[in-house]
Amino acid sequence: MPLDAIANIATAGLLTGLVYGLSALGLSAIFGVTRIVNFAHGELMVIGMYGALLLFQHFGLAPLWAIPIVGAALFAIGYALQAGLVNRLLHAPEHMQFLLMAALAIMLVALCLMAFGPNAQNVTLESAYDSVEIGVLILDAHRVYAGIAAIAVAGLLFVFFRYHPLGKAIRACADNLTGAAVVGLNVKRLFALTFGIGSACIGAAGCIILMLVDVHPYLANTYTLLAFVVVIIGGMGSLSGALLGGLLVGVSEALAGLLLQPSLKSMFSFGLLILVLILRPEGLLGRRS
Amino acid sequence: MPTTKNRRPSRRAVIAGAAGLAFAQPFAIARAQGAPLKVGVVLPRSGPQGKIGQSCQQGYDLALPILKELGYPEIQYMPVDTETNVQRARAVTEKVIQDGAQIVTGAFDSGATTALAQVCEQKGVPLVINIAAAPPITEQGYKFVFRNFPNGVRIAQDALNLQRELYEYKKDAPKSAVLLHVNDTFGESLKAGLLGLMQRIEMPYKFADVIAYDPNARDLSVEIAKAKATGAELLWTVSRLNDAMLLTRELIKQRWSPKAVVSSGPGFYEDQYLKTLGKNGDHIISLVPWYDPSKPLTRYLLERGAKAYPGINIDTNHVYSFEAALICADAFKRAGSADPGKLRDALAATNIKNNVSIGPGIAFDAKGHNGGLGNAGIQNRGGKLKVVVPRAYADSEPVYPMPAWDKRA
Amino acid sequence: MIGRLLGEAGTRARIALGLAALVLLAAPAMVDDYLLTVLTQSLFFAYLGQSWNVMMGFAGLLSLGHAMFVGLGAYVAGALFVHFGLPPVIGLFPAMALAALVGAAIGFLGFRFSIQGVYFALLTIAFAEFIRILFDHFTWVGGSSGLFIPVDNRTVNDLVHLRGTPEMFYYLALGLSVAALALSRLLLAGRLGHRWLAIREDQEAAQALGIDVFRAKMAAVVLSAAMTSLGGVFYAFYFNNMFPEQIFNINLSIELLLGPIIGGLGTLIGPILGAFVLTPLSELLSALTERHALIGIKHFVYGLCVVLIVVFLPGGLWPWIARRLGLDRPPGDGT
Repeated sequence: MPLDAIANIATAGLLTGLVYGLSALGLSAIFGVTRIVNFAHGELMVIGMYGALLLFQHFGLAPLWAIPIVGAALFAIGYALQAGLVNRLLHAPEHMQFLLMAALAIMLVALCLMAFGPNAQNVTLESAYDSVEIGVLILDAHRVYAGIAAIAVAGLLFVFFRYHPLGKAIRACADNLTGAAVVGLNVKRLFALTFGIGSACIGAAGCIILMLVDVHPYLANTYTLLAFVVVIIGGMGSLSGALLGGLLVGVSEALAGLLLQPSLKSMFSFGLLILVLILRPEGLLGRRS
Repeated sequence: MPTTKNRRPSRRAVIAGAAGLAFAQPFAIARAQGAPLKVGVVLPRSGPQGKIGQSCQQGYDLALPILKELGYPEIQYMPVDTETNVQRARAVTEKVIQDGAQIVTGAFDSGATTALAQVCEQKGVPLVINIAAAPPITEQGYKFVFRNFPNGVRIAQDALNLQRELYEYKKDAPKSAVLLHVNDTFGESLKAGLLGLMQRIEMPYKFADVIAYDPNARDLSVEIAKAKATGAELLWTVSRLNDAMLLTRELIKQRWSPKAVVSSGPGFYEDQYLKTLGKNGDHIISLVPWYDPSKPLTRYLLERGAKAYPGINIDTNHVYSFEAALICADAFKRAGSADPGKLRDALAATNIKNNVSIGPGIAFDAKGHNGGLGNAGIQNRGGKLKVVVPRAYADSEPVYPMPAWDKRA
Repeated sequence: MIGRLLGEAGTRARIALGLAALVLLAAPAMVDDYLLTVLTQSLFFAYLGQSWNVMMGFAGLLSLGHAMFVGLGAYVAGALFVHFGLPPVIGLFPAMALAALVGAAIGFLGFRFSIQGVYFALLTIAFAEFIRILFDHFTWVGGSSGLFIPVDNRTVNDLVHLRGTPEMFYYLALGLSVAALALSRLLLAGRLGHRWLAIREDQEAAQALGIDVFRAKMAAVVLSAAMTSLGGVFYAFYFNNMFPEQIFNINLSIELLLGPIIGGLGTLIGPILGAFVLTPLSELLSALTERHALIGIKHFVYGLCVVLIVVFLPGGLWPWIARRLGLDRPPGDGT
């Protein structure tokens, strides 16, 4: 195989990996703090994609500009979900939380189906076919935007959690739940905020991914699993970990596709997940608890 | 019946065809039925295949008024939903029979259809399969199962022969090819069939690579990059709708214009694809079970379809669902009753000449399979679908080689 | 034996159990074919739920990948039958052995490297998905194009080859479910059951008491895997076709654990009750919504019902009903 082909495949893997990372950031934030297995992650992202689609269809708003609106809407949805429903099960065993999220996922898919039908839909942008040529490399313009957005969103989240008082409080909750309650933090409200912020991220990811993938109600499932793989590999609750996990999964899938059969490639990401769970269960960039 | 190519079929010609059939069965006419035949229509109306189920239902719905005009007795649908799930398919088939269905039709998907076939056979209620290509379905020695759809082997065989005809006609053939197929039930069985046949049928090219991709693929950049690196002149795909769209965009973005892109299976001819891709979806050729545009009933169906569903192209899903309804009504007419045993015998003796699909007509062999059905090469042209091979009844000239992506008006 | 099975169950519980058994035994004579299918599928899911319950309900090990054991059982027995004509009554042994082996591998990795809680659940998903993709490429069993078991519609019931009428499959599913109930009862009453409960409540305390936690957990995984794969053998010969995309699907893993959680985790009756609530609920919703053109409403209501139960009856339906009816609570049904 010619070298430029290999270089192109590796680059495609890197860019895809950044998109994977972007799609997993919200999960990492939520999971890292609340320890809720958000099995409706992909479903929330699909809601975000439909939001961007509606804004495009009715107001001609490009998905990138839809991010603030969709992000705000998803923040509200996420906040309401945690405050109204998930907080009730805060002290319930993990499997009950899982079941609640799985049932919510079923409802969200059904809701999308009722509202938008089973057809795949997309935004038709002038730039949909653009690619940038750098030497032998041909880069897909939309994936480059998505990659930049992934880094920007991760950066914003990082700054928020590191420097904003609310972010610091949320981190305190993540580190020590009882301790946080003892010093007078309103854990439930902070969890709701986290779920909201995580959902806003998921919404932003949905807007960007809509530029790459057509949306339909059954898209969600694979994104949920993918996000879990990425987050566990990178390290739960670590934002840079999510990006690194995404890159690793993207590149290893690309190489598996190149050397073996592309249809085998997600086997490699699950294999990678098993290895990480065994060898470094806190994830590559996670902290040992 | 005159079938000159460019003559529009009059309603009279179509009905005369049916009447000719009716005269052969004078007694059936005399015993015109009172109550309509209850037809259980089992389709994936929700779940991942929900869109396809809805297309099939349009085909069934188009049939009702046309069958009436053709003088067939009334049939009545009992719609049920498999939810794209084999377990559900079994239960809902039981239910629709319990609720009084006298004949069952469906179910697009091979797995679900297998479940339907078992239930129908056990109950002694005839099943008319609209779409399902897996060969084993009619190899089980069933008495009540009838399939009016080419099986996977025939689809693969025709795909090779149609291409040979195309390349000979254009006196130009690709010298190397790459097969890119979705790794699902349909893709895998078609690939196996193709690779087997390639040993026996002389083709101008060999496959430089055979690439399989995940049915849930979110991204086909690696797949296309790998295919492009082979430098093949022909890209042969077996795909579904969503990946067909992903795949085309990826071809354009990676600036790879092979001499031809051919497709076996759905995706490239679907309305959603044509609407979304516009001019970039043009000139791709699908080698699929299709309608014969020269048949009068086809023209009539297309005309009615355009009226009932403006902006939607009639495709495989519509055609074979329409014919399934036709087969049910025809058997009902000849059986003269809704008794399942008599319906079965009438189905076994089916001999419909005035139909839509490619081939001599509708008749079933001892296994309940219609082996005469053929495929056609359909080329996308400005949002319309044109039959370009077989040349015998093509309605358009093929465009080959395909114009490069950046040289399209 | 029976005495031991019924054990400390009170009179009212015995009467209720007897009545339920009578109704289930007589059901095929009373219901139409469609209802029989619904009942058979309910029993099938009840059995899968019972098998899953051994791991989660008894030992507290959350598996979200149980579809892999269903699939392994189905594929091993199915492939041996298709390729070598080996009757499923023999094929079920290698099927259970392979599933047990895979279960042991997962358990070994999970427990040796102390992967716990959500992480363990994700490990089971990873294995299930890994195996699904593996089978997608395993051409000896048809790969993604599926494995079909030849069907002949005998009117004679042949238990050796699992060919027969819907009634036979109904009684087979009933038999499986009753056997699983008896096994669960014996396990819970025995030493292993006590160890599991101790581990489930407090693993460190159990360890301090000298319980070999590793072995007890391994026993739960292996047993649960083998039981589930037997359900897979039933699946193969009842549906007569297998596709990796369907049988290893995570949705099947979720579907089979809904029953026991809704019915009452860790209880004996819970998984059965859960399946007998959810499967008919799904059928009822189909019947109610089929007149409406709005596709999706059924699943919306289904999801809503599950959410309501999770929020308002987090212990599941059975403990609540048992309290209402004043049924005595046999050991293990109290939590």
